[in-house]
Amino acid sequence: MLSGNPAMAQADTIPTTDMIWSWLKAVPDPEIPVLSILDLGIVRNVHWRGETLVVTVTPTYSGCPATATISLDIETALRDQGLTELAVEQQLSPAWTTDWISEDGRRKLRDYGIAPPQASAEKVPCPRCGSTETERVSAFGSTPCKAAWRCTDCLEPFDYFKCH
Amino acid sequence: MSSEDPLFDYTLRLGDSCIVLAQRISEWVGHAPILEEDIGIANIALDLVGQGRLWLDLAGEIEGQGRDADALAYHRDAGAYRNHLLTEQPNGDFGQTIMRQFLFDAWYLPLLKGLSQSNDSRVAAIAEKAAKEASYHHARHTDLVISLGDGTEESHDRMQAALDVLWPYTGEMLTADKIDGTLCEAGTAPDLAGIEQVWNDHVSKTLTAATLTQPESNFMQSGGKAGRHSEHLGFLLAEMQFLQRAYPDAVW
Repeated sequence: MLSGNPAMAQADTIPTTDMIWSWLKAVPDPEIPVLSILDLGIVRNVHWRGETLVVTVTPTYSGCPATATISLDIETALRDQGLTELAVEQQLSPAWTTDWISEDGRRKLRDYGIAPPQASAEKVPCPRCGSTETERVSAFGSTPCKAAWRCTDCLEPFDYFKCH
Repeated sequence: MSSEDPLFDYTLRLGDSCIVLAQRISEWVGHAPILEEDIGIANIALDLVGQGRLWLDLAGEIEGQGRDADALAYHRDAGAYRNHLLTEQPNGDFGQTIMRQFLFDAWYLPLLKGLSQSNDSRVAAIAEKAAKEASYHHARHTDLVISLGDGTEESHDRMQAALDVLWPYTGEMLTADKIDGTLCEAGTAPDLAGIEQVWNDHVSKTLTAATLTQPESNFMQSGGKAGRHSEHLGFLLAEMQFLQRAYPDAVW
């Protein structure tokens, strides 16, 4: 381990959960890397169970292949901070909802070219030109969380992060 | 406790139905009529694989013999599967596949809503999660049945033929047996009579909008819930389980 790592940690001082949250903020979503897993709202809880740090995660879609990768990425990120006793646990209920995507996350999605979830899916503004003259091409898209849309003004196709 | 627990069989039925249906519709990947439908079908298969895994992991936990979802999916033969006969029926043409999905969703979604109120918190959590995904499938297949039924003469005739072929496989899902009854009394599962009512309302309303005629025959096939399957399941499992049979316990 390189010297100067803040978490030579576990041996000397136990990192606070605030520190752990800040480390988790740097873990990207594997499918949409501009979003952190905290922007996505899937980390439910971080707590110590004796010597073991337990991170509780809620899956987005039950078959999403990214779920296993996310657990591995969380573990890797925390090991890089010097933590060794780790458990990443899955919690299904309450079920994840796109309402848990942060404001910051919505902005990052838009900047990345993905329309963020809308309360009313009737009018989804184009993430490129902002026009609301858009139409749905398909209710499904390149990943379980997205649908395929198209802008009839700038004519660009785009992904819409569907409400869930 | 093991397999004496009626909840073991009950969760197997749910898990097996999801996995078998996912395997069936995966056959369309790369072959669907248009790209968007191809992607849609692949996404639905993925949701069903995920839900099937959750149900089968829970079945394994209830059984308590150390079997997980993979062991249950890959190391059982047809006679040990508990999926509904509807889910193993061949895809037929695209219309027949959509009709089968529609008839399945019309049962599965209200069932999941009922199960999300289960007094077993593990069942309720999976059902709550799965219902969100299933409602999306339900909406898609309802729309497609209407647009294909009330479409061209050709698409209408194909949808009517699909409905006639699949109709006898719908009774099994809606008819309670001893296991359904026991779990309903225990507060673990909803009463199938209530599900049947929701199913009837939605199916008859949709078929009317689709200008299709509900078959009059009351003859219904059954047996899937007890492990007696149509000739199609063995072939499906032979393909699905090939790798684990040829290279036992191979991992990704």
